[in-house]
Amino acid sequence: MLTSKRLILVHFWLAFSLFGVALLLGAWQMFIRSPLHTWITNPEWYYRSLTAHGTVMAYVLPTLVAMGFGYAISESALEQPLIGRKWAWLGFWLVAVGAVTAMVPVALGLASVLYTFYPPLIGNVFYYVGIVLAVVGSWIWVALMSINLRAWKRTNPEKAIPLPMFANVAGSYLWAWTSIGAALELLLQIIPVALGLRSTIDAGLARVFFSWTLHAIVYFWLIPTYIAYYTIVPRAIGGKLYSDTMARISFILFLVIAMPIGMHHTFADPQVGAGFKFIHSAFTALVALPTLLTVFTICASVEIAARLRGGRGPFGWARALPWNNPIMLAVAFSFIMLGFGGAGGLINMSYQLDTTIHNTQWITGHFHLIFGGAIVIMYFAIAYDLWPHLTGRALTNFRMMRAQLWLWFIGMIVTTFPWHWVGILGMPRRMAYFDFTSPALQPQAFSVTISTFGSLLLVLSGVLFLLVLVQGQFAPRIEAGTYRFSTDIHPPIRIPAPLNGYALWVALMIGLTVTNYGFPIAQLALRSDTSVPAVYVGAQ
Amino acid sequence: MSNEPLFSTKNEWFVRSVAVTAAVFIVTALGGFVLLPYLQPDLRLGGLWDAICSAAGVVRQSAATASVKPDFKTSMVIMTSDMLRRPGSESVGHGATLAQQCAICHGPTGVSRADSPNLAGQYASTVYKQLHDFKSGARVNAIMTPFALPLSDQDMVDLAGYYAYLPRLPPFHSEQQLPAPRIVINGAPLRGIAPCGSCHGALDNKVGSPWLEGQSAAYLTAQLQAFASGARRNDISQQMRNIARKMTFEEMNQAAHYYASQPSEVVHATAR
Repeated sequence: MLTSKRLILVHFWLAFSLFGVALLLGAWQMFIRSPLHTWITNPEWYYRSLTAHGTVMAYVLPTLVAMGFGYAISESALEQPLIGRKWAWLGFWLVAVGAVTAMVPVALGLASVLYTFYPPLIGNVFYYVGIVLAVVGSWIWVALMSINLRAWKRTNPEKAIPLPMFANVAGSYLWAWTSIGAALELLLQIIPVALGLRSTIDAGLARVFFSWTLHAIVYFWLIPTYIAYYTIVPRAIGGKLYSDTMARISFILFLVIAMPIGMHHTFADPQVGAGFKFIHSAFTALVALPTLLTVFTICASVEIAARLRGGRGPFGWARALPWNNPIMLAVAFSFIMLGFGGAGGLINMSYQLDTTIHNTQWITGHFHLIFGGAIVIMYFAIAYDLWPHLTGRALTNFRMMRAQLWLWFIGMIVTTFPWHWVGILGMPRRMAYFDFTSPALQPQAFSVTISTFGSLLLVLSGVLFLLVLVQGQFAPRIEAGTYRFSTDIHPPIRIPAPLNGYALWVALMIGLTVTNYGFPIAQLALRSDTSVPAVYVGAQ
Repeated sequence: MSNEPLFSTKNEWFVRSVAVTAAVFIVTALGGFVLLPYLQPDLRLGGLWDAICSAAGVVRQSAATASVKPDFKTSMVIMTSDMLRRPGSESVGHGATLAQQCAICHGPTGVSRADSPNLAGQYASTVYKQLHDFKSGARVNAIMTPFALPLSDQDMVDLAGYYAYLPRLPPFHSEQQLPAPRIVINGAPLRGIAPCGSCHGALDNKVGSPWLEGQSAAYLTAQLQAFASGARRNDISQQMRNIARKMTFEEMNQAAHYYASQPSEVVHATAR
């Protein structure tokens, strides 16, 4: 039963409208630095746009989607109205006000520091304060998810937590813990400097704190997508979930090992010891486990659906799948992009191979394929699936939905594959212009041009997506029925306590954070000779 | 649901998950802290503990890596954002008195009639750093060095504050305003040359980089050539030497004439 429809809808609308704006900025960036345009005369505009694009896409969009979807899961999976709706509204307004507070200085060119902050570069203090507000808003969501689950457990002491809520709360705990790294960086290091209380900053320590957040945040983005794989897809295509236990183990593994791996973002940094880089590299490899478990379970669930529809043969069943169902298309595209992106990720996480593609366009290609591709396409699917239940109006334009998903998939492949390629050729990332007339860069010009056209397809797809949602707001009213999640082949009757709670896993997550981050952070924090003068953006 | 305590050695889940996690950590730690250092032929290790410390990133004192001392004086000035603060009126007044001796070359209003730099409205951090470098010998000039030698640190702060306080006036020999050349706006990416404008105005300003609009083209070209030849070496991280060495003579001229032709009152020119 969905009773907080307005609350959830507002989260999605804010997320997707900002997404639309940031998508345009991204395409403009692709165009402006491609051979199709002459060199930009003021690179500051490029970095201004890049900061806005990154901040919206990495912080605002996924946080709002996770929050909105989380409230929907809490109400429909636990079948109880949301406890603390007023607090949820406060959380939403904090994210909204935070987003505006952060975006105003960016738009004015006072905080072109990129969404990864990059101290000693220091922008306007309101940029950082805005991000802190948004994160605090999301912490309210974390607390509410926990409170709602606790209330449900009190009234249902003998029941297993429904899978969607189990995963949702795991995601919220992961976020609560991983956001602390960037929060420490902002509150202890950057904001005092931005306020002028201090004029030097330990940039190396700041990067270590940020890596605490930077990698696990990816799994926070990913969790709504994985929840959709497990609890929306089987139901939407007329099948059943193959294994509830496997799903729980996947989410638990994310909780435990998503965190102590972030230093693979600092492989080229001198301030971190090689031994810790090696440990983080090895732990990163373990993240393949929950992903492979998921791929196996979802493929099995999809096969069940196909066989229920009369599919035959070892592979022939794939033909029996409902390919005109947007959710089916989305999950197939998502898996293909996850496969390629994951394969590329193996290069990034390897301590040795990383040196070949470090700081090149390969990295940009990688995270756009994984996040923009595999993850965001499932955000579209979640929105399509939930919309009729939120608006009470049917989404009927399936042709447009399919076209939108196809365009996003093709657009993302066309954008990111050439990016990977030019990365291997050595093209650096975060550059406002390239001298394609030079014989050294000329061979990359064609690939960069192709990827610019890919970004145009993405813009087209984004426009179609918003059109579908707007059409949905004006469609005739219907009774959408109760919002349900997938059922399992073997419904969970008796579940071991550790798969029905978080204490053990949260303890392991914190323990691994201490072992993998404790020494490098303490070492840098205690040394007195590691700070450098801050560089203020636009200072005179 | 089972009711046995979770954090107990009798709970199979607890024991196994903790054991597996600890085992993974120990194996990877052995790999990272023992195996990896020993596999590096260049790393001379004094035993296992040394290997572990090296892999943990503990700073090592090694005689073999004693820093090479340059055979010339380097700049001792540390540029911080504190240098952006406005000086008080007392400081400006004292600076004005001291500036009497500078007026013969740099002009009574801080605008030069010769090819020496215009100082009226120059950033305080810039004037302070150059005076400091002249005094320490990091920058050498037959005329400036004797003037800088007797100055105290406070004198240099006050002089810098005074010149920063003066209004920017039109240069004595003004040129017709030129459009920004590519070297100023885009630099030369493949030669690793950042745009001049990204530190010196036109696009952005960085602490310690002088404001160049309206300065003498002859002076600017001479300084670029001095950086390129190594005659001038007081740029803290060699950034100007690295840039100037890779610039062509034509690019130096273009940049110098562009800045010389800009109206001096322009602080943050928008690029065209």
